[in-house]
Amino acid sequence: MKDIILRGGRVIDPATHTDEVRDIFIHGGRISSVEEVKVDAAQVIEAKGLVVAPGLIDIHVHLREPGQTSKETIETGSKAAARGGFTSIVCMPNTSPPIDNAGAVEFIKARVRDEAVVNIYPTGGITVGLEGEEMTQMGSLKRAGVVALTDDGRCVQNNEVMRRAIEYAKMFELPIMDHCQDYDLAGTGVVNEGVWSMKLGLSGWPAIAEEMIVARNCLLAEKIGWKIHCQHVSTAGSVRLLREARKRGIPIFGEVCPHHIALTDAAIQDFDTNTKINPPLRSEKDVAALLEGIADGTLSILASDHAPHCDYEKEVEFDDAPFGIIGLETELGLFLTLLVHKKIITLPDLISRYTTNPAQLLALPKGTLSAKAEADITIIDPDREWTVNKEESASKSRNTPFHGWKLKGKAVVTIVGGKVVFDDRA
Amino acid sequence: MQWLRKHLLTIRELSVDEITAALDTAASFKEVSSRQIKKVPALRGKTVVNLFLEPSTRTRVSFELAAKRLSADVINISAPASSITKGETLKDTAKNIEALNADFIILRHSAPGSPKFLADRLNASIINAGDGSHEHPTQALLDVFTIREKLGRIDGLNVMILGDILFSRVARSNIWALTKLGANVTLVGPSTLVPREFEEMGVRISYKLDEELEKADVINLLRIQHERQRKAFFPSIGEYTSVFGLTLKRFQRTKPGVLIMHPGPINRGVEIANEVADGARSVVLEQVTNGLAMRMAVLYLTNNAQVGTRPGATPPEVLPMKEDEPS
Repeated sequence: MKDIILRGGRVIDPATHTDEVRDIFIHGGRISSVEEVKVDAAQVIEAKGLVVAPGLIDIHVHLREPGQTSKETIETGSKAAARGGFTSIVCMPNTSPPIDNAGAVEFIKARVRDEAVVNIYPTGGITVGLEGEEMTQMGSLKRAGVVALTDDGRCVQNNEVMRRAIEYAKMFELPIMDHCQDYDLAGTGVVNEGVWSMKLGLSGWPAIAEEMIVARNCLLAEKIGWKIHCQHVSTAGSVRLLREARKRGIPIFGEVCPHHIALTDAAIQDFDTNTKINPPLRSEKDVAALLEGIADGTLSILASDHAPHCDYEKEVEFDDAPFGIIGLETELGLFLTLLVHKKIITLPDLISRYTTNPAQLLALPKGTLSAKAEADITIIDPDREWTVNKEESASKSRNTPFHGWKLKGKAVVTIVGGKVVFDDRA
Repeated sequence: MQWLRKHLLTIRELSVDEITAALDTAASFKEVSSRQIKKVPALRGKTVVNLFLEPSTRTRVSFELAAKRLSADVINISAPASSITKGETLKDTAKNIEALNADFIILRHSAPGSPKFLADRLNASIINAGDGSHEHPTQALLDVFTIREKLGRIDGLNVMILGDILFSRVARSNIWALTKLGANVTLVGPSTLVPREFEEMGVRISYKLDEELEKADVINLLRIQHERQRKAFFPSIGEYTSVFGLTLKRFQRTKPGVLIMHPGPINRGVEIANEVADGARSVVLEQVTNGLAMRMAVLYLTNNAQVGTRPGATPPEVLPMKEDEPS
């Protein structure tokens, strides 16, 4: 493996409180020093004017393998991640069959070994079949290598089942990631319950259906003293609940997806099924609260909820279309545009929410440029202006509402374990 | 006349001029229905497909007769007979219909937005005959037509829409049409079925029917149902009738010239008392008659837009059929 020198970039590494212009040396796939690198033989990547960051981590990705490979595969999903600037992704277990046992995890690991261009960390189900009834064999899942437990896409409704599962998961130090949705309150809802659901006659998925479960999770995290991460937080009430709980030191976390701050439920008015997402696009008031929650650190993690679906699956009546959109290749650009350039948070702060914060939550040995760390690096051009073109996506799917959007800032080089897997320098 | 639309998908997107054009055109076609020979050649050679993927009798029959009176060829496709039940997508079904050179697809479907879905993908004119809880544009147009015919205007009238607003496409289309034309709309019904969010559409909301009775120039009642979907919204039909039913006693407190409307089918003794439904102020059957004229007007106007006829140069073609013309 060739040595690499990243020359003259602004190195931002929140883990070591670094923010300075300097060179980065890569030797043997690890972050190294000038002494160890054969300078004459090394590949030099000119990074002047660019930001050199630890490889970004997206902890909420659907890779659809096994069983739904017409939507996405481990190979195509990992390539989309590389194009988006992600060196590590965490995949969700709601595949077909679901990842709810050690054998299924072994299958994922084998596919990752053969096909993936980025690091992929699997998660396992909280309950068998993600059906919300019996807890999974968490000890075996842990040994097989899952980094967290989640029924994502589904939500354990029975509070007793959830309580025991979290208590048991704590023994193995497996964090819980929860898709917060009370089924009775969400009912048949397909869009946010609000002015637009009223106007369009679409069934409403009210904010309180998320908040009820976020509140439950705050109480369980406090009682059990174990980490619960609320996925794709979308409402003002959820932000308030999380803020209050975190202030009291409860180990509860929240993530934000770009679509929940880039769009409101007004985007559904033409019945574009690429605006059908779960949880749904919310009101302006909710978007404002999410931005506040990001600014004050309540929502400490950014993620995509990359959810590929085939064109023909989305090209149906709004009620019948599956929920979800792809996001790996647009999330960094959207967040740079909407958070950093709009001065909601600083660039180093954004990087920490994609590196140190998720790495700490899931205890991943990632997210830093310190000496001897595996050389996972994302080089970002925060000022590059570009236009989203879904046809250029490496994903197998094209379901994005952001086609044609003009964004400012993107990943230009992605390096995984010392190997350049994506290079889009101008 | 101001009508350039090839499709009729919603009232929300129509301008006041467009709504007025539809009302004026319907007035001409109403006259046709009173003739000895009730047929005109406006759509001769055109094919109209009634694609009804949800049960309906009166709307389908009304569209079918309207198309026939305009001399179009009409095909009816209803849910049990269609391929939809065999797993074919709406897009494929519609593409197949279009491959038969259909000029119009009249769509009734349970999913909001499905008429727009077809309009975005097909060349045929799409007429929304009711899409879930979203809109039912021809119903609103015929309701407004009936009010204008009876009371001479819409602007400034107090119109009460009473009942299950949340799940009603008739309510939504009526709200858009009436507010655009300057009526004061009040929604009345149980709080669970009349959420406050509707105020954003420019209407008043009241949960006290008895305080509203004397103000209304028009009361448009909606059919109330208490099947599975509604169980959580109100306790029983009996309680509904006692709180929100238009009983004879309540009717006696309304304005002398009030119009009582209902899109049908009526639940006698539930949302409306028998005597009121059949009473002198009820225009329920005239709504049905006007519905035919309105659907003729809509087919006529969208057909003109389809063939690209210039606006302003098209008085309604209501010439009688010539003796020798085939019908």
